[in-house]
This record gives sequence, C-alpha cells and structure tokens, in this order.
Amino acid sequence: MEIKSCLTIHEVGKLLKKKEVSAVELAESCLQRIEKLEPHLKAFTTVTAELALKQAEEADRKFKHGEATPLTGVPAAMKDLLCTMGVRTTCSSHILESFAPPYDATVIKKLKDAGMVMLGKTNMDEFAMGSSTENSAFFVTHNPWDTARVPGGSSGGSAAAVAAGETVYALGSDTGGSIRQPAGFCSIVGLKPTYGRVSRFGLIAYASSLDQIGPMTRDVTDAALVMNTIAGHDAGDATSVDCPVPDYTQSLTGDIRGLRLGVPKEYFTTGMQPEVSQTVRTAIAKMEALGAKVDWEASLPSTSYALAVYYVIAPSEASANLARYDGAKYGFSYAQTENMWEVMEKTRQFGFGPEVKRRIMLGTYALSAGYYDAYYLKAQKVRTIIRREFEQAFEKYDAIVTPTSPTVPFMIGEKTSDPLRMYLSDVCTLPINIAGVPALSLPAGFVGGLPVGMQVIARPFAEETIFKIAYAYEQATDWHRMKPEI
Amino acid sequence: MSLTREEVMHIAALAKLGMAEEDIACFQEQLSNILENFEVLKQVDTENIPPTAQANALCDVMQDDTAQPSLSPEAVLANAPRREGDFFRIRAVLEDD
Repeated sequence: MEIKSCLTIHEVGKLLKKKEVSAVELAESCLQRIEKLEPHLKAFTTVTAELALKQAEEADRKFKHGEATPLTGVPAAMKDLLCTMGVRTTCSSHILESFAPPYDATVIKKLKDAGMVMLGKTNMDEFAMGSSTENSAFFVTHNPWDTARVPGGSSGGSAAAVAAGETVYALGSDTGGSIRQPAGFCSIVGLKPTYGRVSRFGLIAYASSLDQIGPMTRDVTDAALVMNTIAGHDAGDATSVDCPVPDYTQSLTGDIRGLRLGVPKEYFTTGMQPEVSQTVRTAIAKMEALGAKVDWEASLPSTSYALAVYYVIAPSEASANLARYDGAKYGFSYAQTENMWEVMEKTRQFGFGPEVKRRIMLGTYALSAGYYDAYYLKAQKVRTIIRREFEQAFEKYDAIVTPTSPTVPFMIGEKTSDPLRMYLSDVCTLPINIAGVPALSLPAGFVGGLPVGMQVIARPFAEETIFKIAYAYEQATDWHRMKPEI
Repeated sequence: MSLTREEVMHIAALAKLGMAEEDIACFQEQLSNILENFEVLKQVDTENIPPTAQANALCDVMQDDTAQPSLSPEAVLANAPRREGDFFRIRAVLEDD
C-alpha cells in the first residue's frame, strides 16, 4: 500500500495498531523517501537501512504479542553525536569519521527498548558548534523549504529530515539553540528540556553545563510522546535530576485561559527582521484571543549580555571536553611522525575544522592564567544575573514567549565568512541554556514562503506548561500541517 | 582587545593544536574581534554576585560503588588507531637526546 509521507508519530501509531500498515512497510517507505530526497537535502551522515529493517521486524513482532508502546515501529533519526553501539558516530567531524561507539547513549537505549526503528544518523555542525550545519566536515544540509538556504544548526540534519518527511521524528541536542533554531527554520517542533531532565550519558559533550537532548517532531503531541520515553533520572549522568516524569500528553488540553504570558521587549530589538517580529506578535495575539493574559511589556534586562556570556562559557567548556581527542584511543590519528606530542598536535590540526579550532582557542584563552577572572569567572557571575532575571519573571508569568530566531533561514554561504554574524543568529535562544530552563520552538507562520518559529519558555521542569500553551496555539492554527514541496 | 601573534601561538600550544602559518594570522584577527565583543561584560556590576557553574541545584551527587560488568578489552580497543595486545600503543613520550 502507498503510505503517505510526513505523518506524525500518533498518526503512524494508529496505522500500526490497526495493522493497516506494518513497521517493515513503514521503514521501507521512509528509506525510499530518503533515497529520493537525500541528493537534494543531505540530511544524513549515515543511513542504517539494514538495521532499520531488522528493528522493524522486531517491532512487528511486538505488535503481534501486544507489547507495543507509542513509539514502537516508528522510524526515527538520531543526531550524529548520540552514541549508537556499533553504528558510526561522527559528530560530523573528520576526527571521529570512523568511530563506532562500544555502547549506546541512554536515550538511544530507552528508544530501542520502546521499539524504535532507527533510519540513520543526521548531519550537524561539527561537534554541535554552529547555527547552519555548514560547519559539518562532510557536506552542507539544505532547507527543505528552499534548498538554497540553510536548515539552521547545529541539529540541521535532524530538522531537515523531519520537515521533509524522511523520518517521522528525530532527536537533536541543544547547547545554545541547536534544537530550537533549526526547528524554527524548518517549521517543525523542537524542545530543549530543562537542564537535568534528559540524561546526556552517551551524548558526545560540547559544553557540559549547557547541553541537553530533546525531541524534534512534526507536532506538539509527538514531542510529548518522545519526552515520555526519553526523560528521567539516570545514574550515568550526574546532572540528571531525580524527579518524577509526568505523562506529558495529559497537558495537551487546548485550554490556556488565564495563563499569564510575558513578552520580553529585549527579544524584539536590534537585528530583528521586522516581518519576523510581526509574525510572532500576531501569533502571540492569537494566544491572547485563546484566553491567555499577555503582558506585552515584560522585561529581561540583561538579555544583551547573554551572547558574550555564552561565547565565554561554551568555548571554555569545549576546550576541556575536546582535549580527549588526542589520536591515541579512537578516531583519526596522524601517523606520519614519531613524536607523541607532535602526533597530538597534528591529529588535532587535521582532524578539527575551523569553527571547532576557533572555539578551542577562545576557551583555552579564557581559562588561561591571568585571564580566568576577567573572562570565565566574570561570565559565570553574569550568568547568575541572567538566571535570576528568569526566576523573577516566572514569579509573574507562567511562560515567556519570544521569536526563536531574529530572521528567516538565511542563504547557504551568507554568514560563513564572519563568525560573529553567525553567532548572532542564536541571540534569542542562548539565554535559555544559560538559565537552564526549558523552551520549545513551534511553527508560527511564514514570511515569503520561509518558516518563522516562536519560542515558549517556562520555569525549570515546567515542560507541561510549555506543551499546554504550544498545543493550544498549534490546534488553533494550520502551520504544522503545511509541508515543503520537495 | 588585540591578540599578538605570540599570544595566538601560545594558546595553540596550550591547546595542543597544530597551526599552519595562514591559520595563525586568521585566528589573530578573528579572536581579537570576538574578544573585543566580550568587553561588554565589564559593564555589568557583579559585586557580591556568586558565579553559576551550572543551572540546576544539584551538587555533590553520590552513588553506591557497585561492581558491574564493564566493556571487554576487545570492545574498548576496537577503535584504537594503534594497539599492541590489550594496550593502546602511542609514540614515544620521551625523546632521545
């Protein structure tokens, strides 16, 4: 039978449950779509067709024996920094090009236990450092809404694959916006959960005080379904928090009457494309019409310092995390020299791309003797101020709503020559990681045929509030039903 | 904030990053430019503000030291660029005089 593309998890789940389609047929249909679209999109670093079909057969058996979960048999794609046992995990870097991890990340294990069918690993900015997926050492991923444009980053492969219907859902990771910004650019839903909500065990680390794993899906219900499976405490990640995981689908009521929303004016200033600002304001007005109480004059005064705080803290942590790539234990190793230190230096010189080197250099400088107090410690103190402003805001509001990005997706090549301009495309998402709070991007409309994302932010562990608001808006609009013509 | 060529080379040495000649000049310009943008942090009054190392309240997470199976030497060494028996083989650490 012909299977429609661009189905959601809950739609696919119904078909599987009613035995209208088998998991194997579904996997085959996705693999065919991947084969057809990949020459134009380049969203995958590795396609695991054989594994997918094997897992699909297992999923069909689970259905037969009545052991299926809402994710059983549902095709998925994983960002290529989540360790997958025996399956190449590259971080889109030459240094890990042939690395096959000996274990699964906790999220991968949980999804496997739930019956995932893994289609493959998705392209990203090398080591998750970037906002366009142009920093992949392998190739650039294209935006399904306009293939001359970037899909955003760093989880650009995951976003493009979901938006184009190559996969039903994907996982990404978000250190400064890497789930939300590409979700916004590709008109899908992307959630960065609270710091500590999802285990990072087996996530290849970039900046450990900021990194979180989260779902990238076609709609809000799907994001809730994935969170039900991946959230929770894990002894393998000391920062994961031991608090109960609710059934997130219970918050999908559609009723947001009386909820207090703050719209911080600092998120609508310099560098914002006027049409994007207008589109998001119109979307927020829709929430007001649905019964939310909106304060259009909310304020997070220190927002403008977030960019500098992020670009001190994240590279500092990265410089420490990436010290492990020394050419001794795994990955690329420079062989044409006899001296150990030279092996290390050359391995890193030829193994890392320019942006990764830039951030290692920045971080090493910020942590070096004589500069630690002026940069790293200072940034950590300003981080406290930003975090406190969010805490204070959440005394007044149930959620804060902002644009996800200041612009629509930009052209491939437009910002690659100027790192600072590229960094600015994350101004609306960085403060959220700094504060450690959860935030979700969802489709809010289009400008000239290009997607605009809206960001809903809540207090720590209030993902349910986010889902409630996002679902109500989604159900009142049609943006999530639009599909790119590709 | 402007970095000298020597400073760039010093940072690269600390980071164990080999550098081609053209990289040094490029990083000198780009890093100086980025560091200049960090100067805005000086405007913020952080007197009596404690630093935030990470955003949730957890600290000193303890757990029982339970024995459990670990990866086999074969699995651990499978990705080794060079190995000798059950060891990673690396180039000489100490050089001959």
